[in-house]
Amino acid sequence: MGFWRNQLSGPTDPAADAAWDRHEPRKGFFTDTSICIGCKACEVACKEWNHVPEDGLDLLSQSYDNTGALGASTWRHVAFVEQSSERIEQARESGRRLVQLGMPSVRTGGEPALAGGSTATATLAPPGDVRPGDVRPGAGAGPGPTDQAVPDLRWLMASDVCKHCTHAACLDVCPTGSLFRTEFGTVVVQDDVCNGCGYCVAACPFGVIERRRGDEGHEKTGQSHGISIAGAPGTGSHQNPPSYAASNGEVKNVGIAQKCTLCYDRLGAGQTPACAQACPTTSIKFGDLDEMRATARARVAELHELGYPEARLYGVDDHDGVGGTGSTFLLLDEPEVYGLPPDPRVTTADLPDMFRKAGYAGLTMLGLAAAAFVGRRR
Amino acid sequence: MTVNPFDADRPPERVRRGNGERKRNGQNGARRRDESLMVPDVSFDSYYGRHIVKPAPWEKEIAAYLFLGGVAGGSALLAAGGRALGYPALQRVGRVAAMGAAALGGAALAKDLGKPSRALNMMRTVKLTSPMSVGSWILTAFSGFSGLALASEVATAIAGRSDGGTGGGSAVARVARVLDLVDGPATVGSALFAPPLAAYTAVLLADTATPTWHESYRELPFVFVSSANLAAAGLALVAVPTAQNGPARRLAAVSAVTETLAFERMQDKLGPTLSEPLRTGKAGRLLRASKALTIGGAVGSVVLGRNRVAAALSGLALMAGSACLRFGVFEAGTASAIDPKYTVEPQRERLERRRAAGVVDDSITTAR
Ligand code: SF4
Ligand code: SF4
Repeated sequence: MGFWRNQLSGPTDPAADAAWDRHEPRKGFFTDTSICIGCKACEVACKEWNHVPEDGLDLLSQSYDNTGALGASTWRHVAFVEQSSERIEQARESGRRLVQLGMPSVRTGGEPALAGGSTATATLAPPGDVRPGDVRPGAGAGPGPTDQAVPDLRWLMASDVCKHCTHAACLDVCPTGSLFRTEFGTVVVQDDVCNGCGYCVAACPFGVIERRRGDEGHEKTGQSHGISIAGAPGTGSHQNPPSYAASNGEVKNVGIAQKCTLCYDRLGAGQTPACAQACPTTSIKFGDLDEMRATARARVAELHELGYPEARLYGVDDHDGVGGTGSTFLLLDEPEVYGLPPDPRVTTADLPDMFRKAGYAGLTMLGLAAAAFVGRRR
Repeated sequence: MTVNPFDADRPPERVRRGNGERKRNGQNGARRRDESLMVPDVSFDSYYGRHIVKPAPWEKEIAAYLFLGGVAGGSALLAAGGRALGYPALQRVGRVAAMGAAALGGAALAKDLGKPSRALNMMRTVKLTSPMSVGSWILTAFSGFSGLALASEVATAIAGRSDGGTGGGSAVARVARVLDLVDGPATVGSALFAPPLAAYTAVLLADTATPTWHESYRELPFVFVSSANLAAAGLALVAVPTAQNGPARRLAAVSAVTETLAFERMQDKLGPTLSEPLRTGKAGRLLRASKALTIGGAVGSVVLGRNRVAAALSGLALMAGSACLRFGVFEAGTASAIDPKYTVEPQRERLERRRAAGVVDDSITTAR
């Protein structure tokens, strides 16, 4: 059992668990969404470098988003959310709550507000936006002693990507061994091994990996990336038009599971992944995971200091449900607002118990069959 | 992000919700503003109502496989019992059904792959963390033993017939004698792999991020093995003469009770939110039909099972009930993955529960 436990949940070094003897420091991203400008340079750079086909060019009717979610042909996805002051105040409140959760508060008053006084403030909320008059009298707790005034509206922009989980459900459930752990601690699909069983798609707690659609097999009629299947309850009627590239026979790896490789080929050559390289605002940072987490922690503390209690980190804690992620994020609202799960848990953490229950069920089945043969012959 | 004179004309902000179902859950549609509440309610937001986890890209072939695997497993047990206790018709039908359903099921699995030409890649490794890998090996072993048992059955039948006709010790007869030696081990082997074959499919579904499948992992195997027994008993009731259908009728009775109990318990344990996909929509209709067919078929087989026509009709109802159950559970999982409510609400709830209990170090969202 001890072996299972270490392998399936909790903090660990995934590359060492995967028996790499050539051990590189674990690599990862830190995506600081507070300085993202939504330019989608990361999406484009990723497509260029990795030959990822086009995935719908039309804007969705709701925002400047044109792909909707991560998927087989969207390995970086920039989310756009427009929020009113009311919603911003809620985000602040949930952020304050997070700060108070058994942790020393970073904001105990004293310092006056640093409105417009630093670059961080300028990128997060242009000073022109911040007018004390904007704060509604009825907005509950309102700004704290050092909090910035709540602007009228804001745009959240966030570049999402595969989390390269410490305990990656996709990798654990893959029956062919197509998904593997690299020496950098990342998770990569071998597209010449995958047979498109689709198990990883259902297993990923973040909805990242997906089978690529195209002209082959029944994938031509399958659901699209993150866009709900027709008739799905509670979703908008918008469906992405089928990708043109998907029908002209030029798409490779149709029917194969695809996702971010953290540019395994570039990493091997000591290069930075394409998205991080292309990001004009350094919203996407790349490096050793420890360094990324330290940067993330410093940045969130800085934002709290500056009076943005809504800032929070996502994925820096090794004790979370997936054992920590290789991609960490700085968010300005609850994760579900960005389409991220609030408390993901790697499904294989329960696998030993699942097999145990199935064993009991199997014995029950034998028992039922035996009972059927007991009794009078007729 | 600028403030300009036209901002005054901005239309009222749309209140963005995960979906319209919130009112049904007893939450009111207005946004909660009272920050003085100590325990915030589990409010649910989403990215334009899109799903967070992706539904399995599997189609009806996989649901059909769940059913066929059940038929195969249950039939192998009936065949083994029939051989041990002298029900030749049950043995014959069970063997044919076990091998036939396993073969059809394997074909359905291969057809559903994104790259069917690489179906054999399933065999390139043995991976205990992947129920699909484990299941592929279970299906392979089961099919091997069941195929051998069926070959022995066929050879014995042919040899018996040709013996009766010509009385010669033909080549067929020699093969039949050899196969007769392996008949016992093949029967035992196929009976031993039958329960894993019927049970692993529950783990296959549960070992995903699909909310309703995963959270039902404690009871789903019991539902699935009972359903397997019911389908196999149904097939036997259709195909076996009434003189030998006693075991099938009793199997239907005990398995129907087990399945009903396990299913009720599963719904209870899932709670109101996660069991909703089992009760509503297409899945709800299928599962209600399954219940009616299963109970009707089981009662029919017990009460009227000595009538050939009534037995066959009951058998058909049982098989249909099992199929509806598999398709229903399959559909319910897909529905639970598509609606972000089923991902966000239970996760938020468990997070709040842990926080209320003072556990604050295991959240993926942290303030520092
Ligand atoms: S986020 Fe999903 S696809 Fe990426 S490593 Fe984790 S489980 Fe795998
Ligand atoms: S679709 Fe490919 S990568 Fe995903 S689990 Fe199946 S074989 Fe592995």
